[in-house]
Amino acid sequence: MSEIGSEVLVIGGGAAGMSAALPASARAKVTVVDDNPLLGGQIWRAELGKIRSPEAKLLIESLEAGKITVINNAHVFGPDSYGRLLAESPDGTIQLKYEKLVLATGARERFLPFPGWTLPNILGAGGLQAMVKGGLSIENKRVVVAGTGPLLFAVADYLKAKGAIVVCIAEQAPAATIRRFALGLWRYPTKITQGTAMRIRLRDVPYLTNSWITGCIKSSGSSNAITATISRRGKTVSLDCDYVACGFHLVPSTELASVLGCRIEKGVVVVNEYQQTSVANIYCAGEPTGIGGIEASLVEGKIAGLSATGQTDAAREHFAERDKTRRFGKALNSAFALRAELKRLAGPDTIICRCEDVEYGRLTEFPSSREAKLQTRCGMGPCQGRICGAATEFLFGWEPGTVRPPIFPVKMENL
Amino acid sequence: MITLTINGSKISVEEGTTVAAAVICSGETAFRRSVTGEARGPLCGMGICFECRVTIDGEVLKRSCNITAIDGMEVSTDE
Ligand SMILES: Cc1cc2nc3c(=O)[nH]c(=O)nc-3n(C[C@H](O)[C@H](O)[C@H](O)COP(=O)(O)OP(=O)(O)OC[C@H]3O[C@@H](n4cnc5c(N)ncnc54)[C@H](O)[C@@H]3O)c2cc1C
Ligand code: FES
Repeated sequence: MSEIGSEVLVIGGGAAGMSAALPASARAKVTVVDDNPLLGGQIWRAELGKIRSPEAKLLIESLEAGKITVINNAHVFGPDSYGRLLAESPDGTIQLKYEKLVLATGARERFLPFPGWTLPNILGAGGLQAMVKGGLSIENKRVVVAGTGPLLFAVADYLKAKGAIVVCIAEQAPAATIRRFALGLWRYPTKITQGTAMRIRLRDVPYLTNSWITGCIKSSGSSNAITATISRRGKTVSLDCDYVACGFHLVPSTELASVLGCRIEKGVVVVNEYQQTSVANIYCAGEPTGIGGIEASLVEGKIAGLSATGQTDAAREHFAERDKTRRFGKALNSAFALRAELKRLAGPDTIICRCEDVEYGRLTEFPSSREAKLQTRCGMGPCQGRICGAATEFLFGWEPGTVRPPIFPVKMENL
Repeated sequence: MITLTINGSKISVEEGTTVAAAVICSGETAFRRSVTGEARGPLCGMGICFECRVTIDGEVLKRSCNITAIDGMEVSTDE
């Protein structure tokens, strides 16, 4: 086991983690740990091993120039003793010692089960985008993009640029809510500019509001084609495609904060104005404190990095900007709130827990995720409830089960 | 270009391609069989769901979406 000591340890090399590391490095020895081959996080995920965004490149270069230690391909799986974390890497386990910790672990997509959702070629929206960035050819493939949230737009735009035929974007939110959200964007000019440019590029792609996927089956005949059914304003429409990219907005990844004892309420890590969690030497920035978009991650990262190194006056200068991104986050999350109809998509034999193949019909009798886990193994597979937990919370109102280390399955010899 | 073996067949992909993308490129969509025998493929693309797990160079349960393909790698989807 190797050992790396830092004054400030940042977990997550996305927008939030990088922007925390930079100002912290002016005062302290900083290490950034991320489980991907390159920095950038979700929004700036590398394409075929290269970062494209100029903004991200600049951040990464500054990190490299700034004597910050970057450890890629290392998955932090839990605490060791006090002030130490353990990470699994291709070269074995790394023990990470820290004085201050910044958690910038991002978010993941929310998936909701519908009949047929476990078929191959049905992915998350960000999921399919990530696959294409990883070299999957999407040229001339027909893609139905569905679910909810602004990510659907970004993904459709990206896939189209890569040559995909985007059949439609099916957005479950009502048209009026989206319009209201869009009208409120005047406060955030960069979002308007980005949004307008995307709308223009996607002008020939139907953007269907009040519309959601109700099922998928393999098309008869050709091997991998899918027929997706969409409920649109009370009518059912069938669409043939090669891929379905379906995600229902995002859920904060709070597992690491949770095993470190940080207070979590309503699914987000609780922080004070300095981005400090309920554990004094642990800070948290970006999506784990609530879904708020890239600007929120950047500014929260800055505040966390400054505060963790005693630069509190400088941190305060960013409070107003942060508060603005929080207002945006609030508007975002309420505009794309899930409609009740989505609770009725799964049939009795629709699989909810993909790891253990537990169907909807076997879960309805249980009062909590704990009971269901004991009786059916729902949430006990390798993803440890990361996929089904968000679904059962929405479907049955179950609180997610308690997280125990290791927060990811780890090889025996690395434990 | 780099060349790897997927289920016994050689396939060449661009450098930087993930193992998951290479598997689909080889024509395989079933990355694993679920506990009841369903064919499964990638869902999240970011190392969370474990649906893309395959055997790489004899090591089982590797999440192919987060691993970059390397020349000479042997991948099988028979889990
Ligand atoms: C699949 C997906 C695609 C997205 N695509 C877009 C897009 O195209 N455009 C857009 O505007 N927004 C997109 N988003 C939203 C995105 O989350 C934010 O815009 C932005 O990336 C948030 O930055 P962040 O630093 O808070 O989190 P992230 O960018 O998610 O960064 C968190 C990082 O921490 C790493 N990490 C987490 N846990 C651990 C651990 N235990 N050990 C080691 N490393 C860990 C993660 O792998 C990740 O690299 C996407 C989100 C998802 C989930
Ligand atoms: S696709 Fe989800 S872990 Fe690889």
